[in-house]
Amino acid sequence: MFPGPWLISEPVSRKSPQFQVPARPAAPTGLRRRGRRSRVGAGLAVLVTGLVLAGCNSPTFGASHGTDVQGQDIAKLYSGMFITGLIVAVIVWALIGWCVFAYRRKGRSIIPKQFQEHIPLEITYTVIPLVIVIVIFVFTVITENEVDAVTSHPAVTVDVTAYQWGWIFHYENSKGVTLQTQGAVRALPAKRGYTASVYPQLVIPEHQPTKIVLRSDDVVHEFYVHAFNFGRFAQPGVRNVFEFTPTKTGVYPGQCTEYCGLYHSEMLFSVRVVTPTQYHHWLSYQEHHLNQIPKHYPLTQL
Amino acid sequence: MTTLAARTEDLLGPPESEHGPSGLLKWLTSTDHKVIGKSYTITAFIFFLIAGAMAIVIRTQLAAPDNNIVSQHVYNELFTMHGSVMLYLFAGPFAFGGLANFIVPLQIGAPDMAFPRLNALSYWLYLSGGTIMLLGFLTTSGAADFGWVAYAPLSNSINTPGAGPNMWIVALVLTGFSAIFTGVNLCATIFYLRAPGLTMFRMPIFTWNMLVTGILILIAFPVLTAALVMLWCDRNIGTHIFSVAGGGVPVLWQNLFWFFGHPEVYILALPYFGVVTDVLAVFSRKPVFGYKGMIFATISIAALSTSVWAHHMFTTGTVLLPFFSIMSYLIAVPTGIKFFNWIGTMWRGSITFNTPMLFAVGFLVVFLFGGVTGIFLASPPVDFAMHDTYFVVAHFHEVLFGTVVFGGFSGLTYWYPKYTGRMLNDTLGKISFWLMFVGFWVTFMPQYLLGEEGMPRRIAEYLPHNNWTILNRISTVGAYMLFLSVFVMCVNFLEAWRRPVPAGDNPWDAHTLEWATSSPPPHHNFYWIPPIRSERPVWDHNHPDHTTLYEHRPRPGGRDLVGAQAGRSAASDPRSGFGGTAAHTGAEAESPGDDGESGGWE
Repeated sequence: MFPGPWLISEPVSRKSPQFQVPARPAAPTGLRRRGRRSRVGAGLAVLVTGLVLAGCNSPTFGASHGTDVQGQDIAKLYSGMFITGLIVAVIVWALIGWCVFAYRRKGRSIIPKQFQEHIPLEITYTVIPLVIVIVIFVFTVITENEVDAVTSHPAVTVDVTAYQWGWIFHYENSKGVTLQTQGAVRALPAKRGYTASVYPQLVIPEHQPTKIVLRSDDVVHEFYVHAFNFGRFAQPGVRNVFEFTPTKTGVYPGQCTEYCGLYHSEMLFSVRVVTPTQYHHWLSYQEHHLNQIPKHYPLTQL
Repeated sequence: MTTLAARTEDLLGPPESEHGPSGLLKWLTSTDHKVIGKSYTITAFIFFLIAGAMAIVIRTQLAAPDNNIVSQHVYNELFTMHGSVMLYLFAGPFAFGGLANFIVPLQIGAPDMAFPRLNALSYWLYLSGGTIMLLGFLTTSGAADFGWVAYAPLSNSINTPGAGPNMWIVALVLTGFSAIFTGVNLCATIFYLRAPGLTMFRMPIFTWNMLVTGILILIAFPVLTAALVMLWCDRNIGTHIFSVAGGGVPVLWQNLFWFFGHPEVYILALPYFGVVTDVLAVFSRKPVFGYKGMIFATISIAALSTSVWAHHMFTTGTVLLPFFSIMSYLIAVPTGIKFFNWIGTMWRGSITFNTPMLFAVGFLVVFLFGGVTGIFLASPPVDFAMHDTYFVVAHFHEVLFGTVVFGGFSGLTYWYPKYTGRMLNDTLGKISFWLMFVGFWVTFMPQYLLGEEGMPRRIAEYLPHNNWTILNRISTVGAYMLFLSVFVMCVNFLEAWRRPVPAGDNPWDAHTLEWATSSPPPHHNFYWIPPIRSERPVWDHNHPDHTTLYEHRPRPGGRDLVGAQAGRSAASDPRSGFGGTAAHTGAEAESPGDDGESGGWE
């Protein structure tokens, strides 16, 4: 909705068979037998509409569509939940609105009928939300397993260490390529940005899984890349492993999002996704220029 | 029934002083639940104003990129103290210390809380704890600045040295004990001091919710207090419970904290759910729809809330995601039941929109959206994308502001006549409501969008080319509207204080026992109590032809039958004659209009 300069405006591919297929068997046939067919049916219609719409064109209502495989899965789940949630919310808002406008006291004071319960109705509006959340839960688990899956032989493995207030990106299986936040983060005044030379840039190849091994030296931080729809805590004493498979070249901002002390808001970095060929060029360039500052690859030479 | 404060002169005159001291000494030494309840309410409201002022500074800082209204350090102190004061010192104590203290004994027909002196101790612990927390600003290193969640190891003495954080910890231990004592008091009062005939399933929903809240306090607060003691030891006497270097486990803090923290959310929310339920029923002139369903929903929310804490920790990579995800989702079911019951309560009612009702309906509208976005965040993958962004900030502000401020203002304006014997100005109340309702959306909807665009929470500044400026500016304008709304409400209180309008005993034609006594209630609350045959004794008494008592039976009778029924139910109640004996001495003299019926007291 309000794309930042780094967001890719081109729509992403939307084939997600695993997202659409399970929607159909979710219809609880057992419930239909109980006779509240229309209400249960309405609830399911809401749900299925939401999820199918989500599968079709994934409006994310301002959130990132994801520029990696995992992020796209999350965007689809978010989209489906948002549509479902919005439909439910609109229905409930409409009921509240109806009460407010239809039953406001008009003229003289009368005492309305004092009814207090309606057991079948109450059971219905217990069961419908239950069905909705169970179906949502199924999709959640499917997406969660995809997002958290780690391949056994990733193309690139990067050890990421967070500290107050910066990042160290160490490339495993390279000759010691390490990128790090340079100097005092406050050194650059107004003109600084994610790509300023003080902030490290994580360079990773397109269409290949990159494994991140995340740690912290001191307090809790969070490694967050908005374009990838992903954040994970960096904690002392905990080793977190996850993967990105980028689908689109470009530069994406990243930032620490877990509050970590005085200069928390300065803990920036960026991710640059390049083609595999460019990546290997970059890596060998870095290996031949170790211990030189700054370690950014001259972008014009790509 | 006489009205104690029927005339303006009564309200302006000196308080009735047949019992003990008056004036300042009365406020300092009283163990009367009404005095303590008022003290709690006023103190909590002052904390609300202080924390709200901090929020205004925070929003002003964020109105422009690279802003320097306050330094990073001060900003960090401000959002830490804003969260701490709002959650620990305002939202909870306002409900279980203020409203519940004043209202629960009245709603169950009791003369006081079960342990009046413990009640006074609770208040003084709370006041001293709150003061200590704020005094942290006066130390050389400033107040605590590790966020209201105080994640270890950021909260240790190396990363956050100084006296301010220690004062924060001690303050929370004190207010924690205060909350625990209040929880004990509430449970004991509700279990043992109910008036004869007032069975558990005849209690008003507000009292029910306060009982469940009291139990949740007893589950959650001791864990927080224990964790704080551990943290204090880590900081001051060299233990290593939360430090990796000494063999400790930092993530233990998060587990302990959120084991408190999530039930705490419901400790904050359930009382206001109760307020809104009562208000909706009274202003729709109908009983609560699905009364028992409402109670079971409350109980299930409380039960589920103890097993969802790790949904705050999805991104730590150390918790079992599906379990905490499904438990969190399931909370949507009882919450949904509540929503439909609230709608059912209004359905085909005769609704008047006085200020309390406006705030209650406003609560429904805003809390719904906060609840829906909460379901998104209960999904671990979505949480990976949104955790620690402004989406979360918007979500929990919508939930907490929606319940605590809309629900709280609803309760405050609803019970204000009972507190003081005076009416608030309805026009000012409505202006305040609309400012708050519009300001609320203007403040928090942009924050959802900011979160979706990836703006992290708790950052003192952002870059100009993030394109976050315009949304932040809108949000800041909304915050000023909220400030204005609260200001109008304060003017309303001031007006009621300077130019009182007598309220009478039952200005809203309400349902529950607190409206059977005078406004404000006398010492030990009741001279007379109506027979209790449903959860709406005052309504049944005032509208004997419109009760829910005989709906499914033929109705032969008038009031004789009603009286006989009352006598029988009181006689068959094993609790008959137990509780509140001091309150009904001389009851006979004060019970006109009921043909000498003793109202089930004897």
